[in-house]
Parts: sequence; structure tokens; C-alpha cells
Amino acid sequence: MTTDVITSAMTDASSAKLAGKSPIAAVPEMWETFKSDMKLVNPNNKRKFKVIVVGTGLAGASAAATLAELGYQVDAFTFHDSPRRAHSIAAQGGINAAKNYKGDGDSVHRLFYDTIKGGDFRARESNVHRLAEVSVDIIDQMVAQGVPFAREYGGLLDNRSFGGAQVSRTFYARGQTGQQLLIGAYQQMARQIGLGTVRLFNRCELVDTVVIDGRCAGIVTRDLVTGHVQSHAAHAVVLCTGGYGNVFFLSTNAMMCNVTAAWRAHQRGAFFANPCYTQIHPTCIPQADDTQSKLTLMSESLRNDGRVWVPAQAGDERSAADIPEGERDYYLERLYPSFGNLAPRDISSRAAKRAVDSGRGVGPLKNGVFLDFSDAVARLGKEVVQERYGNLFEMYERIAGEDPYAVPMRIYPASHYTMGGLWVDYELMTTVPGLYCAGEANFSDHGANRLGASALMQGLSDGYFVLPYTIGNYLAPMLNKPTPGVDHPQFKAAEAEARQRFQGYLDINGTRSPDWFHRELGKIIWNHCGMERTEQGLEQALTELPALYAEFQKDLRVTGDGSSLNQTLEKAGRVDDFFQLGMLMCRDALERRESCGGHFRSEFQDDEGEAKRDDEHFAHVAAWEWTGDPMRATRNVEPLDFTTVHLATRSYK
Amino acid sequence: MSRHLSDIKLKIWRQAGPEAAGRFESYLVASISDEASFLELLDVLNEQLISEGREPVVFDHDCREGICGTCSLMIDGQAHGPQRGTGFDRIVESGGYITADTGGAPDANLIPIPKPVAEAAMDAAACIGCGACVAACPNGAANLFTAAKVAHLNLLPQGQAERFKRVEAMVETMDQYFGSCTNHGECEAACPKEISIDVIALMNQDYRKAKFKNRKTLSRR
Ligand SMILES: Cc1cc2nc3c(=O)[nH]c(=O)nc-3n(C[C@H](O)[C@H](O)[C@H](O)COP(=O)(O)OP(=O)(O)OC[C@H]3O[C@@H](n4cnc5c(N)ncnc54)[C@H](O)[C@@H]3O)c2cc1C
Ligand code: SF4
Ligand code: FES
Repeated sequence: MTTDVITSAMTDASSAKLAGKSPIAAVPEMWETFKSDMKLVNPNNKRKFKVIVVGTGLAGASAAATLAELGYQVDAFTFHDSPRRAHSIAAQGGINAAKNYKGDGDSVHRLFYDTIKGGDFRARESNVHRLAEVSVDIIDQMVAQGVPFAREYGGLLDNRSFGGAQVSRTFYARGQTGQQLLIGAYQQMARQIGLGTVRLFNRCELVDTVVIDGRCAGIVTRDLVTGHVQSHAAHAVVLCTGGYGNVFFLSTNAMMCNVTAAWRAHQRGAFFANPCYTQIHPTCIPQADDTQSKLTLMSESLRNDGRVWVPAQAGDERSAADIPEGERDYYLERLYPSFGNLAPRDISSRAAKRAVDSGRGVGPLKNGVFLDFSDAVARLGKEVVQERYGNLFEMYERIAGEDPYAVPMRIYPASHYTMGGLWVDYELMTTVPGLYCAGEANFSDHGANRLGASALMQGLSDGYFVLPYTIGNYLAPMLNKPTPGVDHPQFKAAEAEARQRFQGYLDINGTRSPDWFHRELGKIIWNHCGMERTEQGLEQALTELPALYAEFQKDLRVTGDGSSLNQTLEKAGRVDDFFQLGMLMCRDALERRESCGGHFRSEFQDDEGEAKRDDEHFAHVAAWEWTGDPMRATRNVEPLDFTTVHLATRSYK
Repeated sequence: MSRHLSDIKLKIWRQAGPEAAGRFESYLVASISDEASFLELLDVLNEQLISEGREPVVFDHDCREGICGTCSLMIDGQAHGPQRGTGFDRIVESGGYITADTGGAPDANLIPIPKPVAEAAMDAAACIGCGACVAACPNGAANLFTAAKVAHLNLLPQGQAERFKRVEAMVETMDQYFGSCTNHGECEAACPKEISIDVIALMNQDYRKAKFKNRKTLSRR
């Protein structure tokens, strides 16, 4: 079965369906060009349009608030009890912006260039340039919302450095930057809820998107408390539903993060781009045992002052303090002298994996590397270190049971972020007209690897400063034209399908829980489509996954019923979608016969073990089209043109 | 190395729905590693229950890191959440924000904020909206949560324009949904983010001033 699939996917379908719609202008002028040419909706007419925003993380909350301020009627959906619980809340380290407040040579162009290079030249220049341009507005907006960013004694904003950059451009609020930004955006949206311009549907999960006459007409949701399935019609729908890193089961994502919204949209015609581009974050607390349900991130900002090392000799059983300087291998500093401990994430993760695989891992399970602060404490004093990282150190101590001021932290890479996602054009519209996608859920800005502190920037850029402009361009011609309501037969059909799907899970009555299947699925993906991938491994995964999926469909057990709160039933639907996505990820990884960013194919590396890109054959986006079976999805390509930066081998040496 | 703990007995309050009658049920988890968190212990229990065809224990959770505020358990009488309903959201909607529509903000460094002020605002803003304070309070009051939000915004220069309008609206919305504070101080002890009870004094002070000022502003209109 698999070989057949592999060859059929080789024939890339035409890219006609993938018009990126970047404005015709030089890259730095594109956004201004777009804004001066776009169609506008008159302020008084905006209230005639209903926009559905699914997700209330940074992207969703900022979009909902801004669209409502402009005058649109907004319906916002989240499966959480409150918008403030979205996974953005957990982001720790910071948010980038090309403010150049430090006068250290930063600029819009530099942020643009760093992001393109960090993404290993696999992102669209036009989108990334716009991101760098609006980054500065984000900081202004968030300060106006009352976000208590870290400050210097003079009262001006402080910055720190993140991986993949040689300037200090990261704004932060202790180790809780995501929380503070989300609360800012949430409060801005709450104001609109209070004013009645945003209607909030909480504990309400999107289970389908509805496409009528070639445009997105609305969504179908399931109320998680009552099980009630319902349709909602709108002029446009925006998905801000986050990433799919939980496909690995163990990840730094919150437990409820899932791919369902994006996947159901994919099944209705939205192309899924670059699913194999996943980010494995280098600094997480290593797994302690098999009951482990999630992994905890230790912010990348720690690498500003912490030094990564392992014992030089394999099998060294001594404790960290007993290993003399000369017998330690500070491998990042050794391999990448100019970036050192701040080498980008994909590179640092692979280096950690290799250190552990070579038998030099540390900790009781030999599954980690050291992140050592003793030099920083000696140089800066404990107080300064505490002020910078105090809450992260506390979190570490609570989880790992060791005091990082006294013994080095132990860290190991874990699934963290997904660069892949729904394909969108310059206006953030998917291949389904009227269906938009923003934040981590889309594929747009990070290419094959995301730089630290750039996801928060992208989510807020999309929601505050991009969508509110681009959506008007789509809506303007629809003024006073009738659109289908929720009694349209297609809404009814989608509702019936959703009910059947949930009943289907209940009816299987097998023996294994959704969590059991999720854990097994995660192992296959981690082993074969994780930090290093090989043709053979991916082919093996593509045999194991359908087999396990078939078992899921036969042997799943969901207790209870569908008409009340049933967390096992919710989970069943999410695991189902993860299975299908997992297959597509492996197919995408198999077809991309090069190494780039987070996608490292062992067959494609140079003599020093660095990724070898193949620009001649793969300088493109792969966007997959649903055909009824993920094993048979069609691969479309959008070529990437580089007119402003030169394609270069990414080097951090 | 992790060790295994055996025969963990759990007594869990089970209730089919908000209206249904509830009861304590006893469960036994035969063995679990000492590295597991309490939520992971419940995962193991639920796996066991599902495999026996019994109803798993329903519990809210998400980040498992203590930042999202979703989990809501009362363990050995100590509150780790709940009792907030949507009341917290209503309080924020009534005034827990700064009015600054997207697009019009001045440069972020235009108004310097002294570090101690920014730090104090951040201390208050660290609240995760978990509701442990309400659960711990014998009156079911939400004063610590509300005051943390008031303090966060009222301390900042950006929050001054709406300072008094904000506190009045938020306190009055709070009173519609929650009990009244009689200074037990249980909230501070239960708060996982160490929000200081001093924020309540600040809120009360601003509220008294607000009642006076807002009346004056109204009469001047
Ligand atoms: C531990 C951690 C730390 C991080 N630190 C940083 C950092 O320091 N800097 C940085 O730039 N990035 C960081 N990131 C990445 C960043 O936090 C995320 O990429 C970003 O917050 C995603 O925002 P979002 O708005 O796209 O989605 P999310 O915040 O994930 O929000 C998704 C929303 O969609 C809703 N939703 C999802 N599916 C459905 C559905 N089917 N129906 C209804 N609602 C649905 C959810 O309820 C939620 O409201 C970190 C990530 C992690 C995991
Ligand atoms: S004040 Fe403390 S206890 Fe109350 S909601 Fe906030 S974090 Fe939770
Ligand atoms: S699960 Fe997020 S705070 Fe407990």
C-alpha cells in the first residue's frame, strides 16, 4: 500500500490553486501597496457583516477585538471555559520587535532577514517582511493595553536576546510574557464583549466548517457541556486555533491543544501546508517516567546566561560538580562559536540528541544535557540571575526536584511548535474563499524553523494588524448580497454528520481509551518523524500508522453518552484527527528529499552533520489537498521566489 | 531514579451533573511512580476505569504547569481552583481593561514607567484567574481576584484615565456574582501566585475615592 502511495504523490499537481497574491511591488513596499489598493467597507456598513473567530489565543483575541472595534459583528468561539485560558498563556520567554531601542543595529530589514534565514529559506518573503514591519506596532499596542513589560531603572523598556539573532530585540514580562500579552488582548476583547459587539461562545468546539457554493458559509460546533450540535452562519470565518504539536502526545503544548479545527477545514477543501515542519525545542525538562503526560519547557531565554554541556567521555557517572572543566564538552560553543549557546532551536536540538545518543547523556535516565548557570551566578551574582529567571528556576525545582542554583539543570528537546499549518495567501485566506487562518494554525511566516519569540509576534501581527485590513478586501463586494443561513441543507447535513461521528465513537465499544491510542501514535511519530528522519523510518511509519488507525476504529472505548460533558468523547475526536494528520506529516517528510530547518533527513547532510538543502528541487511550499484519505492526499506546490535576500547556506558557526 | 508508590487510596466526589445528587467514591491505584503529578495520578486512574468500562473522573486541566488556571480540584480540603464560573469574565468585561483601540497607540517608550511601578503592576498581573481565592473564602468572595486586576491597571500610567470608572464598575459587578469580603485572609493563603492581600486595600481606597469623584463628575456634566 505504501509504495503505491509514495509514487502517486511524486506527481505534484499544478500550483494553480496556490496563488500567493503578494502585491506587485518590491518586497519592502508590498504592504503599503496592498493597503493603498485594497477595497474598503464603509464604517456604517461594517455592522452588516458577521465574522466568526474561532480561538481566543493571541491571534483570535486580537482579531476579535480589532474587528469589533472596526464595527463588524463578531462571534468568538473557544473550547475553554474562558478566553484567557488559551495556550498562548503558557509562553514564557518573550516577543520580538524591530524597535532598535538598544541601538545595536536592529532594523525591519534585519528582523526580516533573520526570520527568513532562521526559517531556512522556506517562507514567503512578502509575508515575513510585513511581519517585521508591524512588529513595532505590536509593542506600542500592548503597552497601551497595560502589559507590564520588563523595564530598566530609567523606566524605558528592557530587551533580551533570543536564538538566531545577534541583536537584543526581545521584549518580555518576567517568564510570563505569553500570559501578559494574552491578558492584554483578552481584556481588549472583554471590553467588546461588554459592549455587545463580540458574542462569546465558551466551552464550544468547532467540529466542522461549512462550504456552500465555493465559499465558507459558517461552522458547526458542539457544546462541550450539553453535547448540543449547532450551526453558525457568517460572511467570513477566521480560524485561530493554534498548533498541532500534541500529535507527538508528549509535548510542551497544553493538554487540550489539537488539530481538529484545521483538519476539518482541510477536509472541506483548505490545503494543509508543510505538515512535516515541526519544531523540537532544545530546552525542556527530560521525561521522568512513563506516566508522564506532558513536558515542561524551560524558556530559551535561559540560554542567554546558561551554558550547555555534557561530559566529554561517554559513560561518565560523576556528578556535575565533580567533572573538571577540561573534561566537559560545551558542545554548542565548540561547534557554533559565533552564536554559541544561542544557536537556533533546530540546530541546538539535534546537537543535544547527538550528545545523548553518543552515550554522554546526564541524569538518572541518561536522557538529558546540562544547562549550567554557575558561571552566570559567579559573574552577575545570584540576585541578578534570580531577577531574570527566578520563576523559571522555581518551576524547574518544583518539577525536577533539584535546585538549579546549586546543580545544573537537565534539559532535553521536546515537541513544541508547528511551523506547518493551513496554507494561506498574503491576505491570510486559505484555499477556501472566506475562510481565513491566523496564528500558529497557519503556515505562513516561519518557513522550516521558527526563531524564538516570533510566534507571539506573528499571532498578534495577524490578529491586530493584518486580518482587520485584508478581510475587508473580501467582504466589500459582498455588501447587501444574501448569504446562506443555518437552515440551508448543507448546514443540516454537516450537523447530522457531526452527530453521527460522535455516536460512532460511542458505538465502537472496544477496549482501549483514546489516550492509549494517542500515546502509541505519538511514539511512532516521535521515532520516525521527530528530530531526524529517514526514508526507511518514514516508510515504516506509513505502514504502522494505518494499522494502528484501523485498530483505533475497531477497538476504541468511549464510556458515557454524547449528550453531556464527556471528556473521553472529546478526546476521541481529537485523536482521530491526529491520526490522519500524522499520516500526512510522514508523507510530507518523505516527499521532501532535503534537510531544512526542523526537517532533518539523515540522507541529506554534509560532512559535518549540518542540514543540506536542495534549493533546485525544494524551494517551494508543499500544500496538500484532501482527497478523502490522508494516504492519498495530493501534493501541490507554491514556488518560493527570493528577490530581496539571497538563498544562502545557513551558517551559525 | 523514580520509585514506585503503591496502593494509593483516593476518595473522590462524584456527581453526574450540576443538579444531580453527589457522593464520595473510593478508588485504589495499585502502583504509580513518585515522579507523577496528582493530575497524572488521575490519568492513571481514568485509564483503569475506562478499561473496566466505568465512568472516568471528570476534571478540568490544560497546561499542567500552573499558568492557565484551568485545573480545579479541592485536595484534602485545600482549594486548587473552581468556584469562579463565568463571574470572573463578567468582572473584567465591566471595566478590567484599558480603552485603547488597535492602531492609535503612541510609541511604547513615550511614557517611562519607573521600574518599581512596573514591577508592582506585574506582581498583581501575575494572577491566573484560577479561583482558589474564592474557593478558600468562607464567604465565597472574589475580592483578591478583582483587586489584583484593579491594582495591575490602576498602578500603571496608561490606566489612569479610567482609574475610577474602572474600579467602581468592577467592584459592583463583583458584588453581583460573589460574596462579600470580611477580611479573613484565607484568599491570600490559598493563592498560588502569592497575590498580596494589600491589593484589596488599594482597591477599597480607590473605590471610596471613585464613589466621591464619579458623583462629582456626573453632576458637572
Ligand atoms: C510552553 C510554551 C512556551 C512558548 N513560549 C513562547 C515565547 O516565549 N515566545 C513566542 O513567541 N512563542 C512562544 N511559544 C509559542 C506561542 O505561545 C504559540 O505559538 C502562540 O501562543 C499560539 O497562539 P495562537 O493564538 O495561534 O493559538 P493558541 O493560543 O493555542 O489558541 C488557540 C485557541 O483556539 C481554541 N480552539 C482550538 N481548537 C478549537 C476548536 N476546535 N473549537 C473551538 N476553539 C478551538 C482554543 O480554545 C484557544 O482559544 C510558546 C509555546 C509553548 C508551548
Ligand atoms: S488572586 Fe490568586 S487565587 Fe485568586 S484567581 Fe488570582 S491567582 Fe487564583
Ligand atoms: S492545568 Fe493549568 S493551572 Fe492547572
